[in-house]
Amino acid sequence: MITFSEERLNQVKKIVARYPEGKQKSALIPVLHLAQEEYGWLSAETMDYVASLLQLEPIEVYEVATFYSMFNLKPVGKYLFEVCQTGPCMISGADNIIDYIKQRLGISIGETTPDGLFTLKTVECLGACGYAPMMQLGKHFREHLTREKVDQIIENCRKEAGVLN
Amino acid sequence: MAEEKKLFKVTIDNITVDVEPGTTILNAARLIGGEVAPPAMCYYSKLKGSGGKCRTCLVEVAAGSTADPRPMPKLVASCRTTVMDGMIVKNITSERVIDARNGVVEFLLLNHPLDCPVCDQAGECHLQDLSYEHGKEGTRYEFNRRTFKKHDLGEYIQLHMTRCILCYRCVFTADQLTNKREHGVLDRGDHSEIATFIEKSLHNDFIGNVIDVCPVGALTDKTFRFKNRVWFTKPMDAHRDCPKCSGEVQLWMRGEEVYRVTARKDEWGEVKDTTDGKPGWICNECRFEKKEARDWVIEGPSHIDRHSVISQGHYEKLVTPKDTLPEVMGGRPPKLIMDIHDVSEVNRPEIKLSEIEGPAHSDDFNQ
Amino acid sequence: MAVKLLLDKAHVEGIRTYEVYRREGGYRSVEKALKQMSPDAVTEEVKKSGLRGRGGAGFPAGMKWSFLAKPEGIPRHLVCNADESEPGTFKDRYLMEFLPHLLIEGLIVASYALGSNATYIYIRGEYAWIPDILEHAIEEAKANGFLGKNILGTGFDCEIYVQRGAGAYICGEETALIESLEGKRGNPRIKPPFPAVKGVWDRPTVVNNVETLAAVVPIINMGGEEYAKIGVGKSTGTKLISACGNINKPGVYEIDMTISVEEFIYSDEYCGGIANGKRLKACIPGGSSVPILPANLLLKTAKGETRYMNYESLSDGGFATGSMMGSGGFIVLDEDQCVVKNTYTLARFYRHESCGQCSPCREGTGWMEKILKKIDSGKGSKSDIDLLWDIQRKIEGNTICPLGDAAAWPVAAAIRHFRDEFEWHVNNPQECLTRNYGLAHYADPRPVAV
Repeated sequence: MITFSEERLNQVKKIVARYPEGKQKSALIPVLHLAQEEYGWLSAETMDYVASLLQLEPIEVYEVATFYSMFNLKPVGKYLFEVCQTGPCMISGADNIIDYIKQRLGISIGETTPDGLFTLKTVECLGACGYAPMMQLGKHFREHLTREKVDQIIENCRKEAGVLN
Repeated sequence: MAEEKKLFKVTIDNITVDVEPGTTILNAARLIGGEVAPPAMCYYSKLKGSGGKCRTCLVEVAAGSTADPRPMPKLVASCRTTVMDGMIVKNITSERVIDARNGVVEFLLLNHPLDCPVCDQAGECHLQDLSYEHGKEGTRYEFNRRTFKKHDLGEYIQLHMTRCILCYRCVFTADQLTNKREHGVLDRGDHSEIATFIEKSLHNDFIGNVIDVCPVGALTDKTFRFKNRVWFTKPMDAHRDCPKCSGEVQLWMRGEEVYRVTARKDEWGEVKDTTDGKPGWICNECRFEKKEARDWVIEGPSHIDRHSVISQGHYEKLVTPKDTLPEVMGGRPPKLIMDIHDVSEVNRPEIKLSEIEGPAHSDDFNQ
Repeated sequence: MAVKLLLDKAHVEGIRTYEVYRREGGYRSVEKALKQMSPDAVTEEVKKSGLRGRGGAGFPAGMKWSFLAKPEGIPRHLVCNADESEPGTFKDRYLMEFLPHLLIEGLIVASYALGSNATYIYIRGEYAWIPDILEHAIEEAKANGFLGKNILGTGFDCEIYVQRGAGAYICGEETALIESLEGKRGNPRIKPPFPAVKGVWDRPTVVNNVETLAAVVPIINMGGEEYAKIGVGKSTGTKLISACGNINKPGVYEIDMTISVEEFIYSDEYCGGIANGKRLKACIPGGSSVPILPANLLLKTAKGETRYMNYESLSDGGFATGSMMGSGGFIVLDEDQCVVKNTYTLARFYRHESCGQCSPCREGTGWMEKILKKIDSGKGSKSDIDLLWDIQRKIEGNTICPLGDAAAWPVAAAIRHFRDEFEWHVNNPQECLTRNYGLAHYADPRPVAV
């Protein structure tokens, strides 16, 4: 059974209060973000729970969750590498970085490493074109990527996860 | 002391009509009828909020109104643009419109499987009609067509996502006719699909109406699946005393057998109003469960307004489509550019073929 | 020395905090507007300033404000469009990240002018760390009486909320943004009704870009007429340009719109020239949607006149030989870049971002992407180039929202100016996999840097 903690429920309440009476549907995207923060991805069960929190039909939640590219509808690794591949990043060498990450992690785009630590995704423009190539890792951007930087990021993730090898 | 309502004058393809303020260009054009009415794949007058998406009804506004006669720079969706007094619209008289519409039809057919031979909608499919009018015989698309994971919507409704043109009509139907919508449009862009997300049967009492509003063969009647072709079945108006809906339906019969039950449709392919003046949506029980002639009081053959294969042949009062060409050309009949008889000896008009015994021979014409 | 109205304090230590920002003269415009001016007078100043929307379309901001319907008893809303997603554009991010109080200040003044008691900042979901910065700034402003109930004792109430999107370029289109703010799929609405009449929750709404709203601050401080004196013609004030691609100094620059494109690219004050001593091949001067220009048409107009960094000059020559100011996303391509590949990645972007609501965009963007990929990988034919041209022509102008145009224009411009490069790909299917076409006749009119 999926349920939010008291603290999360308070956050939801605060978000809903931003909108006029009866317009709690507006809270849907922020609340889905909360749910994804909590569980890493959005299962049907999680979405049904969000629907019940905001008094929506489940289909309204599915429609929204499948529209926006940031919502993971399948489980992802602990560290999600979202590497930009659009024009400005491409002309600054994003393809090489993507290839390098693939090789380093031994996975293709869209795959997760067997240890469940890393998932590699390619994404379209994230608004860091001047600092290309770049990727999003969790809440933050990693910019001016080089092979060395990628190595370091991977190593730091492994360290953080306590799986030093 | 009701003030007389001022009507707006709108001219579409050189034909002027008076309509109430708030009327859309499309509905004004439907008053004129015939080819002047733009095709509509997503707009559905009985579904609030529908329209604007398919772009087949684009028209050119050559003059915005009497007060501001500037033309509109872009083509507009006639189903969502309301008329202004003195507006001048070009539909089939505009090359830009025809060009854009041909483009839209090409886009709609791009990923369409063209599986009409096995599609139950064939014969009453709006996309078929549209392709017939505007399509090309070949395709310029050489890539694999889009496919989708199959979804089962239960015992009544068959979903073929590959045929869907994303008109959203079924979504509006579920929103406006049922108390709980269970299907919707998922995903985004060219992967958008009609689905339920988690496998689920649709069984609201009125959900069967999504079949009637679907302009293509994406949502069809499972109880009729592969049973017959629509042009072999005869539509008959019938009714029954139904506690849930008006019970006013159309039976699609062959001999004594009822193959299919649908709502009654008007010349635009939309559900007609019932005798009480309400939209004639029908319930699932009437549609899917009453497949015996004895379940119904049969009134007689349906009057079919729509110009389509389903109106061919076997019914009363076949209406030939209005010939709009002379009207469009300001009353002038189309000019005969060349009379074939001036240059050909074959088929001379004074020779009646039916009076010739046996197969016609050149000698018959050389007399 | 270039005039700086927005970023002049960007490098002051601690400018993110209320204290420093206030000490540096922040929130003066709120005091001036709320205490000395009527809401209409504020709108009037913005009109006088000639400020044009900085999101891309360049529509006069004051005029947009004056269209806002004001029916009795129905709340109105200001929504700040921070869904910056146009490839090449990252100026709003810079403003919000480093000068959050400037945006909040502009928002308060604009909310006052428009009568919005609840104002929303819709920020793209990927800028996940910025809402914290903005919310902190909002808290500080509130603690100091610039937000909340009865601001500065004037009786004006205003709250600002930050709403995060979740990954959809289309939500930068104002009606899609409104849908998203309502918790729906980001499908643009069919207009009319316009947001000024029926926007968020069917209430009258104004949606403005981050930079537009930040520019309200100097406009109120210095007066609309003074602001209009900066710049040239209908390009008044300053503009943020986010420069990226193969240049020495990518980043966000504030320019007054009198400098030439050449100065912007080559001067050390701005981009610092093409990186690695290469030569300039082409440039997309206003975000990925606007037409790409070859070097010769970028630095000079077709008439041979100097091209300047402003709305009029960048669009000089129309689409035949000009481009657009757009959102100010300035993407520079050096001689080693392949225009076909670049166009392909942009087409892929638009296919990915199409909402799928209307048929020309849903089907057409994917078709263009596939053909471009085919040409880029040396499998294309000459007829594919003509086909591409025909597809983009049938998308442009026929869609619900401008995304269709945005997808069509880059393809059209690439073929218009670089047809020889497309044909070279078709004619040299092997060679095009191993090397790029190079500069050709549209070569950089400037000599190779030493």
